[in-house]
Amino acid sequence: MSLLAVRDLSVAIGAASPVEGVSFDIAAGETFALLGESGCGKSMTALALMRLLPDAARIAGGSVQFAGNDLCALSEAQMRGVRGGKIGMIFQEPGSSLNPVMTIGAQIAEALNVHADSVDGNRVVELLAAVGIPDPQRRATEYPFQMSGGMKQRAMIAMTLAGEPELLIADEPTTALDVTIQAQVLDLLDGLRRQRRMAILLISHDLGVVAQMADRIGVMYAGQLVEVAPRAAFFATPGHPYARRLFAALPNAASRQYRLATIPGSVPPLGTLHAGCRFAERCGEVLPICRVQVPPWREHAPGHAVRCHLDALLSQKVGAGETASASLPTGSGTPLLEVADLRVHFPIRRGVLQRAVGHVLAVDGVSLRLDAGRTLALVGESGCGKTTVGKAILGLQAPTAGMVKLHGALMHGLAPAAMQMVFQDPFGSLNPRLRVEEIIAEGSPTARVDELLQQVGLSADMANRYSHEFSGGQRQRIAIARALAVKPILLICDEPTSALDVSVQAQILNLLTDLQAQLGLAYLFITHNIAVVDYLAQEVAVMYLGRIVERGTVDEVLRGARHPYTQALLAAVPKIEGGNEYLRVAGDPPSPANPPAGCHFHPRCPRAVARCREAYPEAEALSATHAACCFLAGAK
Amino acid sequence: MKLVLLWSDILFFLLIAATVAGAVVASRTEHLRQCWRRVGQSRVGMGAAAVLAVFFLIGAVDSLHFRPQLPDSPQGEPRYSAEVLSALDVLLTPLRTRTEKTYSAPLATHLYAKETLDDAGRDFPPLQYPGTHLFGTDKVGQDVLYLTLKSIRTGLLIGTLTTLIMLPAAVFLGLLAGYAGGWIDDVIQYLYTTLNSIPGVLLIAAAVLMMQVAIDNHPEWFATSAERADARLLALCAILGITSWTGLCRLLRGETLKLRELEYVQAARALGVSGTRILWRHILPNVMHIVMIAIVMDFSGLVLAEAVLSYVGIGVDPNTISFGTMINTARMELAREPMVWWSLAAAFAFMFVLVLAANLFADAMRDAFDPRMVDR
Repeated sequence: MSLLAVRDLSVAIGAASPVEGVSFDIAAGETFALLGESGCGKSMTALALMRLLPDAARIAGGSVQFAGNDLCALSEAQMRGVRGGKIGMIFQEPGSSLNPVMTIGAQIAEALNVHADSVDGNRVVELLAAVGIPDPQRRATEYPFQMSGGMKQRAMIAMTLAGEPELLIADEPTTALDVTIQAQVLDLLDGLRRQRRMAILLISHDLGVVAQMADRIGVMYAGQLVEVAPRAAFFATPGHPYARRLFAALPNAASRQYRLATIPGSVPPLGTLHAGCRFAERCGEVLPICRVQVPPWREHAPGHAVRCHLDALLSQKVGAGETASASLPTGSGTPLLEVADLRVHFPIRRGVLQRAVGHVLAVDGVSLRLDAGRTLALVGESGCGKTTVGKAILGLQAPTAGMVKLHGALMHGLAPAAMQMVFQDPFGSLNPRLRVEEIIAEGSPTARVDELLQQVGLSADMANRYSHEFSGGQRQRIAIARALAVKPILLICDEPTSALDVSVQAQILNLLTDLQAQLGLAYLFITHNIAVVDYLAQEVAVMYLGRIVERGTVDEVLRGARHPYTQALLAAVPKIEGGNEYLRVAGDPPSPANPPAGCHFHPRCPRAVARCREAYPEAEALSATHAACCFLAGAK
Repeated sequence: MKLVLLWSDILFFLLIAATVAGAVVASRTEHLRQCWRRVGQSRVGMGAAAVLAVFFLIGAVDSLHFRPQLPDSPQGEPRYSAEVLSALDVLLTPLRTRTEKTYSAPLATHLYAKETLDDAGRDFPPLQYPGTHLFGTDKVGQDVLYLTLKSIRTGLLIGTLTTLIMLPAAVFLGLLAGYAGGWIDDVIQYLYTTLNSIPGVLLIAAAVLMMQVAIDNHPEWFATSAERADARLLALCAILGITSWTGLCRLLRGETLKLRELEYVQAARALGVSGTRILWRHILPNVMHIVMIAIVMDFSGLVLAEAVLSYVGIGVDPNTISFGTMINTARMELAREPMVWWSLAAAFAFMFVLVLAANLFADAMRDAFDPRMVDR
């Protein structure tokens, strides 16, 4: 007997159907994950279940049976009792889900009030304790701005628990959080599910998160479910070509020598008319029948159904692409980029006279070295200062102290064209008022726009269009073309793929590898995504609170990490293969305005000893290339 | 006949010439032409544009001023009337000359007030031109339709010239404060905060009165009363412009602060693009929608401000026909028994149509020019 039974659910926005014929069941105490890229209708499905669709959209057909009630037949007043009561929902962005002018306690009490007759003050504290917030008594009286992102997401979960929900819908609950915090929140959700026999509908684009959390998985593509399978079966033998390609598009160490398999094109836009299979246009194994006839559901094993005409290919994995032809130069002679003791301190000004009362130590003594044609990854969580390092090297941010040398020449002020930056947000990095050719010719009016467009895999006839006509991946290609126009030798890539879907990320990573091989570019790759680092970089530097805590080659750092923070960071990344050894760190990163005395990591470090509280450890060389700032690094 | 070129005429025609020049440039650039084609596809936008064009045509015709030759001036040594007429006056000669004795209702055949007639005691006397006054006549028997049509030029001038005066200051200072930051920002903020904290009406009243004194002390500056009235109108535009740039400047500073942190501005800096070029190519086009909305909203606000100032007696010259002076006199007429409502109604209707058309046209333009709006 399932708790939630969705049958043939369809949502219509005008003539378009963002969700069509979706059916699945969730039993009590089970986690069902909806997996897919953005624009596939995952969130829309969740909103339809809650009957919270935007005004333009409506439920066009199907039924939603929840604990014996048909949710589609309930009145709005009855529905209000279900929302927040029987079904709770948490969203991606904890910052905007909480009211900034109410205390956390008052907001939880409000949620309790709606669903209970009398509110016991202790209940609020109990709920906060249940979601693992330390010192709940005090935290209940605090405002959202006094809490970190992870704390806010916990408080949101506490609010949802106030109604004692039987089903929790979690829409990308950890996408906005750092990996170490993500691991904490996922643990919390899983623990709550087990304790309360709550069902969870998890919506995610992250295969790792899904692998760690879900009991069963539904893959969505362009508004349809294309595959439903138990976790083990799905990760062992994904059935649908789309699912198989998603796996192949994931970067990792094993695919290092190869080009990543990509899915050509992107998710079809809303309103596309489909005659046959919705994936046919992007599918590598497409048959003539796929284009004319909607594929039926086929059950390959009990509980494992795939919507595809193909059968034979089920067990055959998509191989990685051809070998990337990059033969990388080894470091020798003068380094291309040398950064020594770089510091960026932002003054904190208070009072009428705006006197500096302290400094935010965003970057506090960073030294880097990068040779021509190689890739150095700068890894860290948000707020650790890695983007500021990139901007300071480029001269976009004036450094407080330290020096930057390019080809042995000292840099002052804005860097020459030889260094360029590719930004994270493909939507913010292109001026919406300029056409593509104007954008690309920005730095060099004589640039050969059509050649550059072809170099980054776009067609030359796109030069006359505005950037908003392009998808995220295409925009990122335009941004790369703009940087290439001035013939740089070093590209600083600030999370260039973190706003993109997995299949598009693979396209951009391939492009970056190709460009490195063709042009001999060096990359300073700023990211929090360990898998991308493993795929792309030769050297890694791990940053924590404005300082580099460990550096070395990819193998040394990712497979032989010595700093406890690096170890915790690596362990926190959800892995598809499963088997996470649990070295979990507690708490949140401290503020860079007031870093802890001694080693910055000691308050969160499970191995901290007395010495760690007293002095910041010097970098200890473990090999010619590997160094870690930890007193315990030398000891095995 | 002797042509008279008032300063406001010159500015008004320069404005129209600039618009035409801009249109020619736009028609040569492919993507601008596409934008205008999208404006053309908007039915509401084109309707509003047609209405605006009629208003501007009336304003333009009314800006061709001349002094007619006096009929009794001797041959070879022409003398000219002190009264300055415009081409519109000539076109509207029937309206202008067919005056009644006093108030008459729209399309009435008789006057609005009883008079003692020679033969039949007190009665409503018949009009000289019965049924020809579409909007009736005012206190001295002038046709209200004529007054309204003459008001259009004043309204357009106050709305456009003031904006033109304040726009460069607002845009330049706003962008500079937002982009440069530091002490430049402090100085500009200090300037507009100070200006904002002085009551606007007080400042305008002081400036207008000082100018009034200057004009009265130097009658030799002006050949005709029309020139004097024109000088006062221009001065009013300038004063309104100087006091009204602060709001837009503040908005633009805030927007620039936001934009300069955007990644495309950062990318341009990394490419070595100069500060002025970043302001010109990256910041200015992305605040233009704010500027456009501000122009239209100020336009209506300024037409209304003129009415308020005329009421306090510091607006346009009493001889200048404007919506403000019409509304101002309507105040007395509404208090009168029986009420005279038509001059207010006429001024209201024309002002409403003008401001509405400007708003709708600006909407259509913004939709067509904002690349982000095109898809929707």
